[in-house]
Amino acid sequence: MTLTNKPPTARSTLSQRGSSALGDRVFSWWTLGTGLLVLAILGLILITTVREAWPAFDAMGLRFLTERTWDPNPAAGDAIFGALSFAFGTAISSLIALLFAVPVSVGIALFLTELAPRRLRGPAVTVIDLLAAVPSVVFGLWGILVVAPAMVPVYQWLHDVFGGIPVLGSIFGPVSSGRNFMTAGLILAIMVTPIITSITREVFSTVPRADKDAALALGATRWEMIRGAVFPHSFGGVVGAVMLGLGRAMGETIAVALVIGGATNITANLFAPGNSMAAVIVQQFGESTGTFTAALIGLGVVLFAMTVLINVLAQTVVRRAEARMKGSVA
Amino acid sequence: MASNNLTTRPSVAVHAPGGTASGVEPTDTPVMQLRDVSVYYGSYEAVRGTTMPIQQNQVTAMIGPSGCGKSTVLRALNRMNDPIPGARVSGEVSFHGQDLYARDVDPIQVRRRIGMVFQKPNPFPKSIFDNVAYGLRINGIKGRLDDHVEEALTKAALWDEVKDKLRKSALALSGGQQQRLCIARTIAVKPEVILMDEPCSALDPIATAKIEDLMFELTSDYTIVIVTHNMQQAARVSHYTAFFTAEVDDKQVRHGRLVEFSQTGKLFTNPADKRTEDYITGRFG
Repeated sequence: MTLTNKPPTARSTLSQRGSSALGDRVFSWWTLGTGLLVLAILGLILITTVREAWPAFDAMGLRFLTERTWDPNPAAGDAIFGALSFAFGTAISSLIALLFAVPVSVGIALFLTELAPRRLRGPAVTVIDLLAAVPSVVFGLWGILVVAPAMVPVYQWLHDVFGGIPVLGSIFGPVSSGRNFMTAGLILAIMVTPIITSITREVFSTVPRADKDAALALGATRWEMIRGAVFPHSFGGVVGAVMLGLGRAMGETIAVALVIGGATNITANLFAPGNSMAAVIVQQFGESTGTFTAALIGLGVVLFAMTVLINVLAQTVVRRAEARMKGSVA
Repeated sequence: MASNNLTTRPSVAVHAPGGTASGVEPTDTPVMQLRDVSVYYGSYEAVRGTTMPIQQNQVTAMIGPSGCGKSTVLRALNRMNDPIPGARVSGEVSFHGQDLYARDVDPIQVRRRIGMVFQKPNPFPKSIFDNVAYGLRINGIKGRLDDHVEEALTKAALWDEVKDKLRKSALALSGGQQQRLCIARTIAVKPEVILMDEPCSALDPIATAKIEDLMFELTSDYTIVIVTHNMQQAARVSHYTAFFTAEVDDKQVRHGRLVEFSQTGKLFTNPADKRTEDYITGRFG
């Protein structure tokens, strides 16, 4: 074969572009456009909120993040806007929510993918998805009317039992009412369970049959199979599901506003009333003006930043774990 | 010989290598026996009436065209069909004389004694070490884990290639190495029988040759049953061969059936059944 030989006429036919090329182009522009649109919206939200919040940032400086006092109408002197108490409230109520929701969700998802008889799966999934469809204000009202009063004796009992122990005592402190961090966390747990469940269920169901067979063929029990084959395969997906749940918990507004108690408070006591950033915004926005409004918008910016930060962290964790799994990291 | 112990879970491996013969001469000590075994998926009878022995420390090959039920029968030998909804086995599959499908038999114990290697290499997404150690850990095998892992990897002819990267992910290995890792993982828990479901179908010829050599080595300690679509492979590695085919009965229902079982040399040179002859000479399938 000689290299100088040109294949006859091949050039013209290969460079021909049919109508299929147009479809491809439209498709690629469309997907690129929608992708960029999301970025643009995110960027615009960030820019406009920071601009609106600027008077507050300007007045408070970094103290906006480190100050725990929130006093829009002081008897004397300038108003003080510190986000720290509310950031704490957001963090602690979301953490409590995950603490309860994650084990429950993973359990439900495992039950649905590995244990439940086939005919039970459909209805069970529907019921759980319905839980996600309940409006959050309904959860909030249920929390304030039913859960908060009903939990008071439980909280009281926990305080009586653990209150005297050094570290636990400060966590299970005195109970003033049923509206506190703990109740907010519990309501949030119920609200995020459907999301985490449905995503972890999807993730678990993508574990290859071959991996489960491998474990079973080694004499694994069902639980050993789940630990050896299902969990390592699902780590990234489960973290993703938890992050989505956390995002919802941190951003949840009305349900938290109703049950968290409405106090500006940083304390280890889970039974103390507090407030979260989203809840403060919805409670106070209507009566605010000027710098006060800017400060509330500032809370939104902080919440936004916290959510983004946590998601980036989680993605790093997942990427590292997956890289280790694929062998590119020792 | 540990024979009546499938109902409980001993914490220490009960392993009894039988004969020493790893030669070509077939022995005649059945470790397993199938009697009139049929496998159903729901109401569909996938394989009908299989009767054959599995001889100790020998390689038994199952060959036949696609859909003849050879893999289905293989999975029935260690109850791997159990997790499939609607799967059911009739007839008797006995292991040292004990019916594997008896009510009080624990399938987990069965699989511990009768291991399996699959078509596609399926190491866990963990380190090489943890892949082999997984079975040891869940079976509570005593002694130093490192020693057991090394022993298993050595037996699977993989130790020299991986000894410096035991903590690296198993998924970074080549396909052939992954399959040998799966074999190491299986022999680490010291089963008596190893079932192999087309173990080389995803591998290149060199990797295939390595696995075939390995099978030959392993017969000194283990009994091997291999499903293969590759007749030459069956002829090369096995002492006994079972030929399955797919038949259509009077009601137009397709099902798998064992046509002929005999010593490999005989089956390939002087088959008793016309259908076997047609298949091995390439006139069918």
